[in-house]
Amino acid sequence: MISAINVIQEQGTNAIGLSRNDYRGAPSSLCQGCGHNAIANQIISACYELNIPPEQIVKFSGIGCSSKSPAYFLGRSFGFNGLHGRMPSLALGALFANKHLRGLGVSGDGDTASIGMGQFKHLLRRNLPFLYIVENNGVYGLTKGQFAPTAEQGLTLKKQGVNPYEPIDICLEALASNATFVARSFAGDPRQVKELIKAGLMHRGIAVIDIISPCVTFHNREGTLHSYTGGKETESPLHEISFVPRREEIVLENFSEGQIREVRLHDGSVIVLKKLSRDYDPTNRSQALCMLADEFNSGRLVTGLIYIDPDRPSMFDAYNLPETPLNRLSEDRLRPPRQSIEKVNALMF
Amino acid sequence: MGYPNSIKQIQPDVVNNFCITFSTINGSGSATANVTLLRALFKMGIPVSGKNIFPSNIQGLPTWYTLRISKHGFLGRLEKDDIVVAMNPATFYKEQEFVLPGGAFYYADDIKLPVTRTDIAVYPMPVKKIVQEANVPPKLRDYAANMVYVGVLAQMLGIELDKIYLALDFHFKGKSSAIDLNFSIIKLAAQWAAAHLEKRDPYYVEPMSITKDHIMTDGNTAAALGSIYGGVQFVAWYPITPASSLAEALHEYAPLLRQDPVETGKETYAIVQAEDEIAAIGMAIGAGWGGLRAMTSTSGPGLSLMTEYLGLAYFAETPVVVWDIQRMGPSTGLPTRTAQGDLTEAYFLSHGDTQYVILLPGSVKECFEFGWKAFDFAERLQTPVIVLSDLDLGMNQWMSEPFEYPNQPMDRGKVLWEDDLEKLSHKDLHWGRYLDLDGDGIPYRTLPGNTYPGSAYFTRGTGHDEFGSYSEEAEVWERVMKRLSKKFETARSILPKPVMDIQENSKFGIISCGSADFAIHEARYELEQAGIVTDYMRIRSIPFSNEVRDFIRDHERIYVVELNRDGQLKQLLTLETPEFATHLRQISRADGLPLSARWIKEQILVEEGR
Repeated sequence: MISAINVIQEQGTNAIGLSRNDYRGAPSSLCQGCGHNAIANQIISACYELNIPPEQIVKFSGIGCSSKSPAYFLGRSFGFNGLHGRMPSLALGALFANKHLRGLGVSGDGDTASIGMGQFKHLLRRNLPFLYIVENNGVYGLTKGQFAPTAEQGLTLKKQGVNPYEPIDICLEALASNATFVARSFAGDPRQVKELIKAGLMHRGIAVIDIISPCVTFHNREGTLHSYTGGKETESPLHEISFVPRREEIVLENFSEGQIREVRLHDGSVIVLKKLSRDYDPTNRSQALCMLADEFNSGRLVTGLIYIDPDRPSMFDAYNLPETPLNRLSEDRLRPPRQSIEKVNALMF
Repeated sequence: MGYPNSIKQIQPDVVNNFCITFSTINGSGSATANVTLLRALFKMGIPVSGKNIFPSNIQGLPTWYTLRISKHGFLGRLEKDDIVVAMNPATFYKEQEFVLPGGAFYYADDIKLPVTRTDIAVYPMPVKKIVQEANVPPKLRDYAANMVYVGVLAQMLGIELDKIYLALDFHFKGKSSAIDLNFSIIKLAAQWAAAHLEKRDPYYVEPMSITKDHIMTDGNTAAALGSIYGGVQFVAWYPITPASSLAEALHEYAPLLRQDPVETGKETYAIVQAEDEIAAIGMAIGAGWGGLRAMTSTSGPGLSLMTEYLGLAYFAETPVVVWDIQRMGPSTGLPTRTAQGDLTEAYFLSHGDTQYVILLPGSVKECFEFGWKAFDFAERLQTPVIVLSDLDLGMNQWMSEPFEYPNQPMDRGKVLWEDDLEKLSHKDLHWGRYLDLDGDGIPYRTLPGNTYPGSAYFTRGTGHDEFGSYSEEAEVWERVMKRLSKKFETARSILPKPVMDIQENSKFGIISCGSADFAIHEARYELEQAGIVTDYMRIRSIPFSNEVRDFIRDHERIYVVELNRDGQLKQLLTLETPEFATHLRQISRADGLPLSARWIKEQILVEEGR
């Protein structure tokens, strides 16, 4: 189990004695100012603050700029940078090796919603405990500027001209596929990104966070949906979110009755949602679906925890696995005993 | 009898050496009747094999089942039938043509079509009448109708009814209502035949003792059981004919055999039905990377889809086992017909320079053996192992020696846990994921969950150096690729050697692989009867061992016999031994049916100018 003793210690180490450096990775080779780097920093902060030993996290990614980023955080964690659009299957198989580890995947909008849509949706319906971050910039960066499936209709790009197609809303797809944790955020809102990552890591099930993450090189024209200025101008948070790990007292100032919602996770930690302009209940799936449908093409970037079901059984609950990690089982637990072969032969008729 | 049938038996009796084909309609429940006869004959101690020739259809199209009864123990396919049981009006005329002169033709008498053959014994069976008399509930009548021919044949051939009872008891798992219902029809039909049919054909069965210590099973079940004894921990699969029954057998037998002896009540494996073959192989590769004995089962179209992922597993050096139960391609092809047509596909899979370990089981017993060994090879070599079985071997019932318990402990390969890394650090040795410390091309790996600082590494399909770090340097790339091919030189010496039969005074050699073996055994016997002695080598793994090269070098003339159009095994052998390429001659065909001894013998005789 992930230990999340929430005592931030002094002298630059966390409760398990690790410094922020212990959570860093190789220097990023992405562009200066790329939203993905901002997200990588929040992953580092979230894990540091949650006091998770880096060895307890396993990183996965597909192909694309976003999928390069796992090399740039949690250098002490195992990681597998797999195939384009096929991260979900790789992560699913790998996490069966040790069900106590926590999976963290980083994908992009093309990797998820174009080539990887099938595996993405099937991962969700299985409710594998896994944090699935989509770094969504509406453009193919690594191949230098083609339309992504999340690019808005009518968007103009340098090489291809005008995008004739409707975009795909990753959160709507996630919700339709029965994901148990669906959130959207904006790389320019680091605090919200970090709190959502914490909550997603501790959710016992699939957690999808679709993060608008501007591509400063190929798609950052002022006012467009996936640009920094667009995000800043149109972001409309559903609530102010804070993640409170288990055993920590919830201390919130200046709130009155009806202003706070709490969602308790399986391990006892709590997601605290402070009401902003609207009253939004993220445990109500039909409300979430309606909200996403209404906001589609609204020009607003609605962020926050869109939907959560903290109690749905996870994929591991469907299997009768031992507590010992499967990858540490010795031969005597894996090979049936010698005397069984006669019984097996007797069945062959 | 009011049917044209003037022939009398003039041939001597033919005992335990003939072939029966049942022509029925797909989905009519004939499989139970056919397998009951197969098991009853097997229980009588007679070598027998059963082949299902079925359409890609659930209900309504013609389907055939052939029982070969062979006192010599030959299990290959025969091309003509001694006896035909015709239950399907749609193929009634065609069936008659397949009966050998002097053979026997049984049919349901509600088929109101003329029998045109006059040189065979013809036996109409009042199927509907007997089923009615047996008081079978109306909804079960069509299904039970097939039991009529079981009873009639039992009487006419001499199959012991108590052995039929044993077969029913096994099939219905002791459920007495089902056993009794079917057995009552069989008895009634046998009594009717005794009273009304005059034997006019030469075919009989008599008890033998040859099959006493043998088992009867199919290759897919054997592969599943072998995998279970190999300690399979993770299975991901997607349904496809003819591989589905392998995964289904895992679902059936794993719960019986893989309860955790330590944490009682827990199971030491997981089976996931994936959304497609790409996901199935992705899951299996993820699990293999995580340190699990992981596998998938598929057929040609699935293997095509898995291509990109297997290239990643080759390059990232991830163990995984893939069972390809070959069917007839290209494309959707003939999904329910057998072939050995995926050899070159498996050999050349994926873009760039790749290599794969390929295993070629030639019997159900070997499916079991390679079931557990495949994991040892995959983990030892840290690479995908592709096992090429086929529909004939995988889905048909085969008589076999019993499965043998693995005769060596598991080889989990080079894995370093916390203690190992600690020891290495005392010796001042640095671990690198892709460092070749032993000179055999095989590096050491660590597994997720290892808590030792520095045990973790980042796996990638992009260029990487010996420590797993990203690299685009020319020298690093070449070095890694050369080291990878060294691994496959190591593989040559640890994979299963070919099975050889070297004779004195042999005229030439024969090479084959997989289930082609059954027909070749018989063809070699027949050639020997004609005075032609042959040497034989059945190849069981790729990369080829040194014995393969020696055999090709030592024989000026070698027939490579296989079940595909292009002679794929011969192509691979030609690549392997270009200097002896002229020694190799192709004998191959691809018509969807298992090879027959007669065809092989004829091809060789033509080539030999005989």
